[in-house]
Amino acid sequence: MSAAAVEVTDLVVRYGSTAAVDGLTLRAERGSVLALLGPNGAGKTTAVETCEGFRRADAGSVRVLGLDPVADSAALRARIGVMPQGGGAYPGVRAGEMLALVAACAANPLDPAWLIDVLGLSGSTRTPYKRLSGGQQQRLSLACALVGRPELVFLDEPTAGMDPQARRLVWDLVAALRGDGVSVLLTTHLMDEAEALADHVVIVDKGRVVAEGTPGELTAERPDAQRLRFRAKSGMDTALLLAALPEGCRVSEPTTGGYLVTGVVDPQVVSTVTAWCAQQGVLAEELNVGRRSLEDVFLELTGRELRS
Amino acid sequence: MTAFPPGTFSPAPGRAGVGHMLAVHARTEARLTLRNGEQVLLTLLIPLALLVGLSLLDIIAMPDPRVDQVTPRVFALAVMSSAFTGQAIALGFDRRYGVLKRLAATALPRWLLVAGRVAAALAVVAVQVVVLGLVAFALGWSPSAGGLLWAVALVVLGTLTFGALGVLLGGALKAEVVLALANVIWFVLLLAGGIVLRADALPSGMAAVVRVLPSGALTEGLSQALIDGSAPAWWVWVSLLAWGGLGAFAATRTTKLT
Repeated sequence: MSAAAVEVTDLVVRYGSTAAVDGLTLRAERGSVLALLGPNGAGKTTAVETCEGFRRADAGSVRVLGLDPVADSAALRARIGVMPQGGGAYPGVRAGEMLALVAACAANPLDPAWLIDVLGLSGSTRTPYKRLSGGQQQRLSLACALVGRPELVFLDEPTAGMDPQARRLVWDLVAALRGDGVSVLLTTHLMDEAEALADHVVIVDKGRVVAEGTPGELTAERPDAQRLRFRAKSGMDTALLLAALPEGCRVSEPTTGGYLVTGVVDPQVVSTVTAWCAQQGVLAEELNVGRRSLEDVFLELTGRELRS
Repeated sequence: MTAFPPGTFSPAPGRAGVGHMLAVHARTEARLTLRNGEQVLLTLLIPLALLVGLSLLDIIAMPDPRVDQVTPRVFALAVMSSAFTGQAIALGFDRRYGVLKRLAATALPRWLLVAGRVAAALAVVAVQVVVLGLVAFALGWSPSAGGLLWAVALVVLGTLTFGALGVLLGGALKAEVVLALANVIWFVLLLAGGIVLRADALPSGMAAVVRVLPSGALTEGLSQALIDGSAPAWWVWVSLLAWGGLGAFAATRTTKLT
């Protein structure tokens, strides 16, 4: 049995006296996609850069493809692909030249011209890097991460600054990588991205794991905490509705005109809610019974206050 | 096109051959330098203007033929401009744009990251010396044949020495600070560092200092080789080796990827 793609145990990385990563443990299996999800400043980039060998662990251990990222750096770098946050290229280099340079470091690279075309950069192969848009720079950076046919890729905020079409392309690429047996570790603060791409999601905050599991596990409801949402005019008196609902249900209006019923939501509860709306003479819009979104889980775990 | 046939990305990792990596890296760096307008101004146009101006105009007193006196100084200036100032500024902005980290994350070995830059710097200096030499010949330059090999050795050593100092400056500070400092140092060394005015034209106390500066040592050594046809004095080699060694030693401790 070969080693895990990434195995991080009790990792601590400090900047001066602050611990950016503070006892992080995670394991990414071969051939799967792991999303490191967390707010800004959660320690995601620091953790990834430690896995890439750019930073040393102050405590704990990191094994990537069974190797020590610092001691075995040369052997490891030949096997991984890296998309650093914010990209990286010579300011004056043309997109095609940069990808050709990175491709020249690999034994069996993908065809750079094909990859440039796939990433929609064929109109910009002669444009200097500093004149590319943020999204184009990100796409070039992604191409650089993939061109060497790595067995493991680290993508740090791969869709930051991208338009919706480019984001969709990145999602397709990640799915294709996974299908071909490439292991992927990506960071994101976008819930839909983690939900759409990842086999395993690790939610980090303040340098620690606060929850992990498959997207399904993380968003699963307790049977007595299901949610029914609907929109109607704001400020309705919900006391009568509450009285008509079975014991244990709660009714609230968390956003203006957005109502939330929690509890055991069965067909009878849905019928009670719509009957009450009919009595009030209002139309219940966007009525849905659903599981929590990853966003709900994320906000519950990491709080609602703004992060710097 | 968003559908990828299965197997498109099947892993096949591995490191390319060292010679191939070095060649592509050095070629990319050299091309970037020769394509950059400000770099060309610094490394070619200013030295060319000084070569022509100082040879034809009687601004600074020097023995005839003036072009024989001017050419070694302009070679020294070209080496300093390219290997020190140009290298420092390029490195400062390369770090800002994250290219060192980008390349450090590939299979490119760390030593090759340095070797590629050195090879590119030597290639650019070779272009400079050829262009400046041809113009000097057109102006009537007749170098002493016996000193040509010494001059080549000095140009190579000078490129390495100034290159190490350029990396020391460009590898540690913010890009804007590097830009300002590299240009100020270039200007001071050009005027008062033994290039435009050779050390023996300066007051004796200052001359002693200027001779041990890398700019003064390189100018003296090139002048001895190309004008007198003699082997450069021992202190020329010692000064260049010492500056280069100290610069490289310090740079390995202070250079940051970003």
